[in-house]
Amino acid sequence: MFLKTLLGATLVAASVTSAAAADISGAGATFPYPIYAKWADTYKKETGAGLNYQSIGSGAGIKQIKAKTVTFGATDAPLKAKDLDEAGLAQFPMVMGGIVPVVHLNGVKADELTLDGKTLADIFMGKIKTWNDPAIAKLNPDAKLPATAIAVIHRADGSGTTFNFTDYLAKASPDWKDKVGVATSVDWPVGIGAKGNDGVANNVAGTEGALGYVEYAYAKQNKLAWVDMINKAGKKVMPTVEAFQTAAANADWANAPGYYLILSDQAGDKSWPMTAATFILMYKKPADMAASNEALKFFGWAYDKGTEEAKALDYIPMPANVVDLVKKTWAKDIAQK
Amino acid sequence: MTFAAALVVLALLLGVAISLFLGAWPAFREFGLGFFISDAWSPPREKFGAAAAIYGTLLTAVIAMLIGVPVGLGIAVFLTELCPPALRRPIGVAIELLAGIPSIIYGIWGVYYFRPFMQDYLQPALIHSLGNIPLIGVLFEGPPLGYGLLTAGLVLAVMILPFVTAISRDVFETVPPVLKEAAYGVGATTFEVVGNIVLPYTRVGVIGGIMLALGRALGETMAVTFVIGNAPHINASILAQGTTISAMIANSFADADPGLFTASLLALGFILFIITFIVLAAARLMLARLETKGAR
Repeated sequence: MFLKTLLGATLVAASVTSAAAADISGAGATFPYPIYAKWADTYKKETGAGLNYQSIGSGAGIKQIKAKTVTFGATDAPLKAKDLDEAGLAQFPMVMGGIVPVVHLNGVKADELTLDGKTLADIFMGKIKTWNDPAIAKLNPDAKLPATAIAVIHRADGSGTTFNFTDYLAKASPDWKDKVGVATSVDWPVGIGAKGNDGVANNVAGTEGALGYVEYAYAKQNKLAWVDMINKAGKKVMPTVEAFQTAAANADWANAPGYYLILSDQAGDKSWPMTAATFILMYKKPADMAASNEALKFFGWAYDKGTEEAKALDYIPMPANVVDLVKKTWAKDIAQK
Repeated sequence: MTFAAALVVLALLLGVAISLFLGAWPAFREFGLGFFISDAWSPPREKFGAAAAIYGTLLTAVIAMLIGVPVGLGIAVFLTELCPPALRRPIGVAIELLAGIPSIIYGIWGVYYFRPFMQDYLQPALIHSLGNIPLIGVLFEGPPLGYGLLTAGLVLAVMILPFVTAISRDVFETVPPVLKEAAYGVGATTFEVVGNIVLPYTRVGVIGGIMLALGRALGETMAVTFVIGNAPHINASILAQGTTISAMIANSFADADPGLFTASLLALGFILFIITFIVLAAARLMLARLETKGAR
């Protein structure tokens, strides 16, 4: 009798684990969360396999994959080839997008203000404190700028969006590079810290005089007023899929070891200066081969069939030649059954 | 059996302290005493200091106590001495409900309703009035952004209010009516009765309630994180953004690299542990002194 119950219990347990194994687990960047959630939804309808993705930030995603609590980690701050080798991880880009500065200033709408990299860096360093500062006025001769204090809103958690944003500021301002630097979380000279892209979006939406930075989809979904930028070529650009695409087209993925590539401040008249790719981290020799295979199946599906959904959310799908390259990397580097 | 259970509590306490200290050791070894006085917090440069977080924790708790305790005691006095009996129960129940609200709700209220009020009204008013006074003006400087130490302290004040009130009201009710009636009988005013009879009689309970409130103010995490601005710097102005130990840990722990970053966060946790311990010990000491004084 006892044996029977035990057997029954084991069977139940076994069926529970096998059902759970069909769900792919991942954690990390909040930047691509809107598109991953969309893909997961469609994928579940088509194949029945679910994806459990927790958008906890890039830094946390790297930590989770290293702790092996998830099948894949997601980060917007790529790991260097050396770090990948040390951890036994493979890295590949999944999708690209743009980071936009967003403002909340009495009556200002999207595309009504323009900033350049140096001014943006000066604001985030606290050198420019009010909206009617001459540096901002010079870039916006037609705008009526109030004397409102600028409420700088940045990420409080470790973030790939921060990494790409600070990378751009460092390229635009030597001062930023020296004093603050480039990282997933930096020692912010001024400002208000918020958690996640959604946290920054929320705080900007609620704070008069706010200036923050979020992934484009968050700006759009939250109806925030984004700012146009002067790019490396000295031209004013609006954040559009075309502008992200132009910047992304410069990328030379084939010659980037571990696909380590940062797309900020690219050349080209129409390049959006804060374009970024987001990456997936997986073990080359996964402990749970079945889960790893399931995840690769999902990513393969996303590359092939998810492009329209990505575009609909203003992400830029990886070009076909890069997808081929990535699939070759999978075959070569990631153990599959 | 019960003795063993009591030992388990002690072992747990020691275990928490020791494991925190061991985890924090690399940070203490690397930065030494400088960890306590430096307000640098720079993950990319691996420079960490606890001063800003300690300062924010203590300052917000002090602001909360300065406002929460007198108001809370006042409500308790009103409820037990002055309130019409018909109102006593509804107000009492409302206070208890306030104590039961999860802190995240206070956080949401703080960031969506209270913070804009601070930015639009209270902070500009403070900056333009108190900000112009020499010496203390420096406390009220800076742009009105809404987020900051004062906002966090005020939200905390609202959060601890029900603790102070609920406990003080309960102990005020234990005062034997004959004592109060005797005082009223010789012509004492309500104020005198509260000051000379009720408070001395109940001070142990009242201080217990205040300490409980202080404990909540020191350790509160989410509500503070929402409104304090999360900036690891020390500013003279109490309107400026700051951070607290628990806010810092909540924001950074999930993605801290193993090594100095994680060790520094654990060190912050250890410091909070010690601060709470000191506060409780001080409260005990104070109570003990009051007891001996009362006996004399």
